[in-house]
Amino acid sequence: MIDRVGLFVTCLADTLFPEVGKATVTVLERLGLEVVFPAEQTCCGQMHLNSGYPDEARALARRFVEIFEPFDAVVSPSASCVALVREHYPRLLAGDDRGVPSRTWELSQLLVERLGVADVGSGFEGTVTYHPTCHSLRHLRVGDAPLQLLRGVSGLELVELPEAEECCGFGGTFAVKNADVSAAMLDEKLGNVLATGADSVCACDASCLMHMGGGLRRRGAAVRPLHLAEILAS
Amino acid sequence: MSSPARGARAESFPHAAPAALANGRLRTNLRAATTSIRARRTGAVAEVGDWEQLREAGAAIKDSALWRLDEALVELEQGVVRAGGVVHWARDAAEANEVVTALVVREGVDEVVKVKSLATDEIRLNEALETVGVTPIETDLAELIVQLAGERPSHLLVPALHKNRTEIRDLFRERLDLPGLTDDPAELAEAARLHLRAAFLRARVAISGANFAVAETGTVCVVESEGNGRMCTTLPEVLITVMGIEKVIPEWRDLGVLLQLLPRSSTGERMNPYTSLWTGVRDGDGPRAFHLVLLDAGRTRVLADRVGRDALRCIRCSACVNVCPVYRQTGGHAYHTPYAGPIGAILAPQLEGERGAVGSLPFASSLCGACFDVCPVKIDIPSILIHERAKAVRRERAGMEGLSLRRLARVFSSRARYERAQRLVRRLQRPVVRDGWVRRFPPGPLAAWGRSRDLPAVPDETFREWWERRARP
Amino acid sequence: MPGRDAVLARVHAALADAPGPVDVPRGYRSRGEAGADETAARFVECLRDYGARVVVTADPSGAAEEALRAEGAVRVVVASDLPSALRPFGVELVEDDGRGAAELDALDGALTTCAVACADTGTIALDGGPGQGRRAISLVPDLHVCIVRGDQVVETVPELVAGLEPSAREGRPIVLVSGPSATSDIGLERVEGVHGPRRLVVIVAT
Repeated sequence: MIDRVGLFVTCLADTLFPEVGKATVTVLERLGLEVVFPAEQTCCGQMHLNSGYPDEARALARRFVEIFEPFDAVVSPSASCVALVREHYPRLLAGDDRGVPSRTWELSQLLVERLGVADVGSGFEGTVTYHPTCHSLRHLRVGDAPLQLLRGVSGLELVELPEAEECCGFGGTFAVKNADVSAAMLDEKLGNVLATGADSVCACDASCLMHMGGGLRRRGAAVRPLHLAEILAS
Repeated sequence: MSSPARGARAESFPHAAPAALANGRLRTNLRAATTSIRARRTGAVAEVGDWEQLREAGAAIKDSALWRLDEALVELEQGVVRAGGVVHWARDAAEANEVVTALVVREGVDEVVKVKSLATDEIRLNEALETVGVTPIETDLAELIVQLAGERPSHLLVPALHKNRTEIRDLFRERLDLPGLTDDPAELAEAARLHLRAAFLRARVAISGANFAVAETGTVCVVESEGNGRMCTTLPEVLITVMGIEKVIPEWRDLGVLLQLLPRSSTGERMNPYTSLWTGVRDGDGPRAFHLVLLDAGRTRVLADRVGRDALRCIRCSACVNVCPVYRQTGGHAYHTPYAGPIGAILAPQLEGERGAVGSLPFASSLCGACFDVCPVKIDIPSILIHERAKAVRRERAGMEGLSLRRLARVFSSRARYERAQRLVRRLQRPVVRDGWVRRFPPGPLAAWGRSRDLPAVPDETFREWWERRARP
Repeated sequence: MPGRDAVLARVHAALADAPGPVDVPRGYRSRGEAGADETAARFVECLRDYGARVVVTADPSGAAEEALRAEGAVRVVVASDLPSALRPFGVELVEDDGRGAAELDALDGALTTCAVACADTGTIALDGGPGQGRRAISLVPDLHVCIVRGDQVVETVPELVAGLEPSAREGRPIVLVSGPSATSDIGLERVEGVHGPRRLVVIVAT
C-alpha cells in the first residue's frame, strides 16, 4: 500500500515544462497520495550516459539514489529517465543502488500497474492522438497503460496514430548532432500526427513532446503537444 | 544524385546524411522496401510459437562458440582438412587478398564467379583481383546491379535496395546491351539470369563467403535464394571461401536453431530457397579443391571488448537494418561501410579500430531500441552504442562538448549550483526570446535545433519555485 | 604458420576475461507432435505457398511421368542408382555419367528422390544418397522433379537437421531446397526463377 511518493520531476520539466510537474502533483494528490518533492534533486544523468560520459552519469546516479532512498515509491513523469534508473542504474552503480531502481515508477506505470487505477476522474474535451515514446514502449514496456488512462478520461476522443511505434527522432543529443536525420524522422512523425486530425498529441516524455511540439509550431500547426499528466490533471 | 562510387573517401555520418536525405527517390524506395520487409518478418515470426526460446538458444550458441573461439576454429580446421580441404588463416585484409589472389592466379584463370559475401566486400577483394588481371563476376542479382552501376552496396542483405525497378531497367539496358528491356521484375530477372548462366557454366574458380561453419563436422554453410550460391559452390573446379572467424558455430544441431532464426528474420520466409552445406571436397561431386580462408581483420579486437563482443553474434539477417528509423531515412551509403544500419554502427567502428569516419557511427542513432527487439540473437545494440560512445569520448578527449558536459555535470551535482544556473539561463535568454519562444538561435547545438524546430523559452517560474511558493503559508 | 599462430594467439588473449562454458538453453521445439497425415498435409501446404507443384499419390513413377510430360520434358537426367520402381516410362532417362554442366544444361529436367523433408518449412534435403545423384544434376536443368516418401517428412527444422547429421559426419554435401529459386532484389518484389531450377515439382508418395 503506497500513501506517500517521492516526486522526481526531471531537470527538463523543472526548468522548461513546470506544467508537467504541476499536473503530475495534481493527479497524485487527487488519488489521495502525499507527494514529497526532495529539493536536492537535479538530473538523473541520462544525457551524460547516452553521450558517452559514464563517470559523470555515475556520480549523478549516486546522488539520485541517496536523495530518493527514503521513499517507498518514487514517481516521475518521464519514461526515459525512469528507464535509465530502472535499467542502467544497477549496472552503473555495480549493484550499490539501495533498491531505488525497483521502487521507481513512470507515472502511467504507477497508476495502472502499481495502483490498479485506470480512471483518475479527469475530463478533457477534444481529440487526442497518442505517441508511444521509445523508452516507454521498448525499455519500460508500459504496454497500453497510457492508453487505458486516456480511455478513462471522460469527453476525450482517442484517435489512433499511424505508424505509432516509429521513433519521433529526438534521441537526446542525436537531435542536434544528427539534426538533419532527426528532422527527417520528425517530418514523418508529424505527417502522421497531422493526418489523424487530432487536436492534441500526447506522450509520456516531455523531451519527445518538446521536439514534436517545436516542429508543429514551426509548421504553424494548431495541434497541441500535451503530456499525459496534463490531460489526466484536467 | 549518385551513390558513393568505389574508391570514394568515407565521410562521417552527419556529413554524409544530408545528400541521402535530399534524394527523394531513394527515400521513397527505402520507405516502401522497409515497410514491406518489416511486415513480412513480423508475419514469419508470429507463426513460430517458440520464437523467444529460439532467440535465447541462438544467442547462447553464438556465445558458446565465441567464448572458446580458438578451440572452435581449430576443431573446424581439423574437420575441413580431414575431408580434403585446405585452411588458410589471414590476420588482415591484405593477407586474405594475397592468399586468394595467389590461389586464383595459380589456376591460370582471368575471371572468377563470386557469391555475395560481406567479408569480401569488407576486404575489397574485388579490387585486389582486378589488380592481378582477374575479373570478379558478382552473381547475386543485387550485387550484379551494384557492380554494373559502379557503386557500393547500400544494405547488407538487399544491396540494391536503393534502386527501384526503373533504375535497374535503365542500367541493364545500357550495361547488358538490352535496349528493349521493360521494367517488369520478371523480365529483369530473366535478363540477369541469361547473362550469368553463361558465366556459371564456364567458370573454373568460384569465391564465396559463409553464413556458418560447423566446428564439429567441418561443414561450411551458405544460405541464399537465387541459386547462384549453389552454382558457384558446385560447378567450378576450385572453390575458395572467405569467412570471418566469428561465423563458426560449435555443433551440427545448432543449425536447427540458426536456420530458423535467419530466414524468418531476414526475408521473412519460413525457409530461404537454397541452403548449401559442404565438408571439404567430395569425390565426383563438386569442386576438386576447396580452400577456406579464415579472416580476422579486426574481429579479435572486437572479441577483446567484453561489452562489444556481443556484436560478433550477428548472423547478418539485417532485421535491425530494416526496422531502424534512421536507416529508413538515409539508406546505407551514408554509413560508408559494407555494414550499414544498427549492426554496422557497432561493428564497423570496432573492426576498423574506431578511426576515421566510422567513429561517427555510434552517434548515428536515436537509441530507440527497435533493433534489439528484432535481433534474433539478442544483441543489445543500444547498450553497445552507448558503450562505443564512451570509448569515442575517451579517445577524442571531446573538446567543446566534453567541456560543456563536464561543466553541466558539476552544475547538476549541487542544488545551489543547479538553481543558480536555472536563474542565470532565465536571465540570459531575454535578448533572444519573445512571447515565450526563442526567436534567434545562437550558433552551436541550439542553431542545429532551430533549423527545423521552435524552442520554448524558460518560463518565469520553475517547478521548484512553484512548489516552494505553494508550501509557504 | 605465422598467420595461424598470430590469429589464435590474438583470440586467446582476447578471451582472457571470458566467462566459462556456456549452457545453451534448448527449450525450443525440437520435435513435432503431429501424426503422419497432418505432417504430410502441412508439408504440401508449405510447398504450394512457395509456388512448387505438388502431387500426392500412391503411384510415384506414374505421377513423375505425368509431371514430366506436363512440363514438356523429354530427356531427363537421373542418378544411376535411382530405383527402377520409381523410373517412369515414356520419358527418356539419361543416367548421370559425370557429364559437364553444359551438357546437363541441354537436358530438360532432373528426377531424384530425397534424403529427408521438413513440413514446417516445406524443405527437401538432398545428400547424394540413393536416387539423388551428385548436386549438379538437380541444379543445372531448369526442372527438378523430386519424389518424397511420406515417411521421409519430419515436422520441425531441428528434426530435419538431426536426420542429416549422419550424412554430414560422412562428409556428404547437402542441399536444402525450399521452393523454386527466387529473388527479392528488384524493388523488394519477390520474383521467382533465377538460377536454380525455376520449376520444382514435388511428388509425395504415400
